Amino acid sequence: MTATTDLPPAEPAAPPPLDAVGFLRWCWRQLTSMRVALILLFLLAIAAIPGSVLPQRGTDPIRVNEWIQGNPTWGPVLDRLGFFDVYAAPWFAAVYLLLFVSVIGCVLPRTRLHWRALRSAPPAAPSRLDRMPEHRSFVSDLPATDVLDAAAADLSRRRWRVARGDGWVSAEKGYWRETGNLLFHTALIALLIAVGYGALFGWRGNVIVREGSGFSDTLTQYDAWGGGRLADPAELPPFAFVLDDFRVEFERREAQRGAPRLFEADLTLWPTPGSPSEAVTVRVNEPLSIDGAKVFLVGHGYAPELRLTDALGRVVHDEGVVFLPQDGNLTSTGVLKAPDATPSIGIEGLFLPTSAVDDVRGPHSTFPEADDPAVFLSAWAGDLGLDSGVPQSVYRLDTEGMTQLGIEALRLGETWALPGGNGTVEFVGLTRWASFQIAHDPGKEPALVAAIVALAGLMMSLFIQRRRIWVRVRDDGQGATVVTVAGLARSDEADLAPDVDVVTSAITGRSPRT
Amino acid sequence: MTSASLAEWSNLAVYSTMLVLVGALVAFAVSFAARGRRVMVSTPVYAGSGGPEFVDHSRPLAEHGDEQPGRRAGNIAMSLTWLATGLLLLGLVLRGLWAGRVPWGNMYEFSLAWTFGILAVFLAVSLRRDIRWLGLPVIIVSILSLGLAVTVLYTEAAQLVPALRSWWLIIHVASAIICGGAFTVAAAISALYLWRDRAERRGDVTGIVASLPDAARLDTLAYRILAFAFPLWTFAVISGAIWAEYAWGRYWGWDPKETWAFITWVIYAGYLHARSTAGWRGRRAAYISLLGFVSFLINYFGVNIFVNSLHSYAGL
Repeated sequence: MTATTDLPPAEPAAPPPLDAVGFLRWCWRQLTSMRVALILLFLLAIAAIPGSVLPQRGTDPIRVNEWIQGNPTWGPVLDRLGFFDVYAAPWFAAVYLLLFVSVIGCVLPRTRLHWRALRSAPPAAPSRLDRMPEHRSFVSDLPATDVLDAAAADLSRRRWRVARGDGWVSAEKGYWRETGNLLFHTALIALLIAVGYGALFGWRGNVIVREGSGFSDTLTQYDAWGGGRLADPAELPPFAFVLDDFRVEFERREAQRGAPRLFEADLTLWPTPGSPSEAVTVRVNEPLSIDGAKVFLVGHGYAPELRLTDALGRVVHDEGVVFLPQDGNLTSTGVLKAPDATPSIGIEGLFLPTSAVDDVRGPHSTFPEADDPAVFLSAWAGDLGLDSGVPQSVYRLDTEGMTQLGIEALRLGETWALPGGNGTVEFVGLTRWASFQIAHDPGKEPALVAAIVALAGLMMSLFIQRRRIWVRVRDDGQGATVVTVAGLARSDEADLAPDVDVVTSAITGRSPRT
Repeated sequence: MTSASLAEWSNLAVYSTMLVLVGALVAFAVSFAARGRRVMVSTPVYAGSGGPEFVDHSRPLAEHGDEQPGRRAGNIAMSLTWLATGLLLLGLVLRGLWAGRVPWGNMYEFSLAWTFGILAVFLAVSLRRDIRWLGLPVIIVSILSLGLAVTVLYTEAAQLVPALRSWWLIIHVASAIICGGAFTVAAAISALYLWRDRAERRGDVTGIVASLPDAARLDTLAYRILAFAFPLWTFAVISGAIWAEYAWGRYWGWDPKETWAFITWVIYAGYLHARSTAGWRGRRAAYISLLGFVSFLINYFGVNIFVNSLHSYAGL
């Protein structure tokens, strides 16, 4: 599957033979034919489309579930067929693997042919050069040998590969075109291998860190962690950091009001246990590199500090609670669970950095900066269900088995006495949190190298022209030599006229026209 | 000069561009029609069978002694196109000065830049060969794109979200813009190829279609432009992947924009292969070129407007 006219691939029209070996050979020839490669290319393009239209598990699992619930007929069917994880689906893999087998099946024999061509002399000049698309004939005073000498010397000097025979010179140039072509296709295979290698050995995790709290790189500290089959969680680089400060700024002017303008996280970092700490800043577009892992700043939100005092007067909770943003103005939701309180208390909350209430939208935020912060709380007492053994989300309160105590809106510094003497909740302060993605992809650098080689090969195969030049001489019987110079493009778009002109002027001794 | 007036001057330059483009459109149309009419008369098929009306049209032209009818209108059209492109460049530069960054930070600006890309590729090719026959479709697309930009997509210039603030914005988007221009011009040529090719196969090359170059030349020109654009698109995708690695922590995540860039890449890869395969050259290759252009449009408009993508944060 390569892109020149040099070798029109055989497209067998014959039906497949009946014996097994013959059939396999027929299949192989079909698979490596350009026609099938083209069909596979377009299949690949079509197969990639559903993943851009339907939500995908890899990027947005919540929307996938919503989609399936909203389409009870088609949802489960599409789910089973892998349409919500297209790029990991067997049928998608089948297309690109077949395509790459097809590429290999074409690159190997062409590499052999090209290797042979690289080591052999250009073929002898055809007898009738005036049939070539580009040719000049003229009479020279020089003897035939001198003409050929001049032509051969000029062509060699300009790095053509030259062969000489009886009364002719044959030269060829542009072998790099095919080299580039093979390089491009080989590099694509290498790219696929690098991507696969990265997927096998790489890992990636996400963690939310509140201002003032820390993270150390072990599996248990992650909120979510996923690794390839051969990734070893015991090999995580043992760094640790504390999020000292998170700075964020938002657009306050009319145009794109509320759009983020600055994210910066100041960390105190310990690259290895026991090493001296260093102060670093992580920004979007400026990840932190530690020992093969990269720390990316990917998200942020608010963590209102809530102090919960239970019915017995004990402070059972006194720190920031991570609230997850629900919209661009950072209307956020969060949950506080206090199983140790008497009685056990659960609080669902809505946090509004710039609070507003209207009839249509209810309480909502009008700007992502904490200009006028408020929390809307709903308190529940009873069994939190933490002992049931069923895994629970820290961002969701299972209110089955609980009774609602009441709801209240609090501004900064306000305290809510829970109804029934069940204690108090105080909105003490406000901190931010930042979420980090920490990733290790050992296939990244090989993939980049492969991509650059592919690009270089591609440019060589498109911009270098493979071409041949021939010179034939004939004695005109009167002491002069009739010279014919001709050129032939072996690749698509070459214009041979300049080459033929240069050789012609080298022989005639005139300066080249071009 | 205050920043508010910079913005106004930028808008003024864009509106002037549109005005000049309309002038170019008229001039190209006149040139095109004149050439088509002349060819009608001179084509042997019509010489005997054509009605007298054609002959009547040809007379004034013949009396002028004009070798190539419509030449003058064509010259005017080309000059106007140069002027419009210069004005558009001015509009972009002013916009960039106003915003204090490269002028492709949102869809309005990208549409201006894309239009500039189309015109620039057209003019670059016109330096090497006479492609006045291509003027009409190129100008029409440019006017449509600018019209869409100033009516639907217009936004006040604003600063960029942090993820967009990177040197890669210049490199990645600039290469995508040039590719956009090249894909558009190539698609216009492919469409004209299909028209011309049909006429040639019917043996009925008369009327306006006769003023186009023959199908083989159209095919070659489209190929040359795409052979230039394809490596550049490859580069745009690679640079996007490098940037994505810095900004989002992964170099490839099948974000809809990435997916459609990939689809576009695959289609144009298919074009290059098709063109070198017997039975796929010519017509089928031209269809693939059009398909690639559609894919580019989906990637640009469709993904930004209809799909929830990491790339759709730049403001409509």
